[in-house]
Amino acid sequence: MTTETHDPGAHRGAPDWLWYAGVPVAAVLWWLVYGQLIPLSEWVTALFPVPRDSHTGEAIAFFVYDVPKVLLLLTGIVFVTGVLRSWFSPEKTRAILAGRNQIWGYPLASALGVLTPFCSCSSVPLFIGFVSAGIPLGVTFSFLIAGPMVGPVGLGLLYGLVGWEIATIYLVFGFTIATVSGFVLGRLGLERYLQDWVRELNAGPVGDLPEVRLTMVDRLKIGLEQVREIVGKVWIWVLAGIGIGAAIHGYVPEEMMLTIMGGEAWWSVPAAVVVGVPMYTNAAGVIPIVEALLGKGAALGTTLAFMMSVIALSLPEMIILKQVLTLRLIGVFLAVVALGILATGFLFNIILL
Amino acid sequence: MKTVKVYGPGCARCEAAEKMVKEAAEKLGVAVAVEKVTDAKSIAMAGIMSTPGISVDGKLVHSGGLPDAGNLDGWLTA
Repeated sequence: MTTETHDPGAHRGAPDWLWYAGVPVAAVLWWLVYGQLIPLSEWVTALFPVPRDSHTGEAIAFFVYDVPKVLLLLTGIVFVTGVLRSWFSPEKTRAILAGRNQIWGYPLASALGVLTPFCSCSSVPLFIGFVSAGIPLGVTFSFLIAGPMVGPVGLGLLYGLVGWEIATIYLVFGFTIATVSGFVLGRLGLERYLQDWVRELNAGPVGDLPEVRLTMVDRLKIGLEQVREIVGKVWIWVLAGIGIGAAIHGYVPEEMMLTIMGGEAWWSVPAAVVVGVPMYTNAAGVIPIVEALLGKGAALGTTLAFMMSVIALSLPEMIILKQVLTLRLIGVFLAVVALGILATGFLFNIILL
Repeated sequence: MKTVKVYGPGCARCEAAEKMVKEAAEKLGVAVAVEKVTDAKSIAMAGIMSTPGISVDGKLVHSGGLPDAGNLDGWLTA
């Protein structure tokens, strides 16, 4: 592998010092605005000609408070994650995981799934790259499940909107589901259910890319680029999610929530998974809904099951994977992950009943 | 005449990468034939795991995210 040094100063908009000064200044501004969100949102809510404690007033207050809060959190998380992930790449991850048949290949794959930058549009080449390099199928699945399941955006928003206790529970159980599901799938010997052409593929040639040496400013630039791309793409989901959350917060009566999503209703956990899988949204869109559900007394287990199945299992992802996996394998994959989610949901509903 | 291949299943960034290549070639006055590779199998066979990827005259030069404009000029003029 050759090394290519970055041409210093080439095509750089702002000088380095501006980046080093600008990022801390932006962080301080972010902090100041974030701290003033409650008075700010109450002030805006008061501008509406409805009583603050009416259904509509509650819904407006929820919306006006959550929109800037989620957008600020999202921007901060995506920036920090973008910078951190610039130290990782699918190529490096593959080199780390290759040939790891041992048991700890699974948790390692889950951890790298969270840290490695990849978008769902390249999950097929990534899958093939992994499998053809001799990474066991189960380990590859752990990686692919953990990526969306315990993504930093979902965790960060959960932390900011719902609290650290539930964010930690989610992290621990999401990580466990990814690891255990990968392990179980690996044990089932499913290699023969890959699409024929994938099995026949010889170990793909490793792309001999010159390693680009990134400066700190390059990494900050990557972070900002990520913010532009991701926030620019998901803001509409965020608004939709907060709109639904606001409607639940303002209008859904607590008794109704307890009947449908309370801990007593055992069937609510599988129902949450069945509803959650076809729903396709970004983590940033679903967490405001989760916030409203929990606020109205929905059981934690049911809500966790809903959130996990929305975020980790999505139909478009399955359609993409159809290129490399047979329907049968997709079915087994879905079933194993869904069982893990169900178990988590039931466990928390029983503990907290 | 250089043959540039842009690998990607058709995501927004892949389109943007293709546009960058064409614009850079025009700016530099380099004759290029830009070919888009969208088939997952061909992408994987080229050794690419994160898209968009770029190869110039059969040599892979970039994989994952948009290329740096300075590097891109370098690959096209090398």
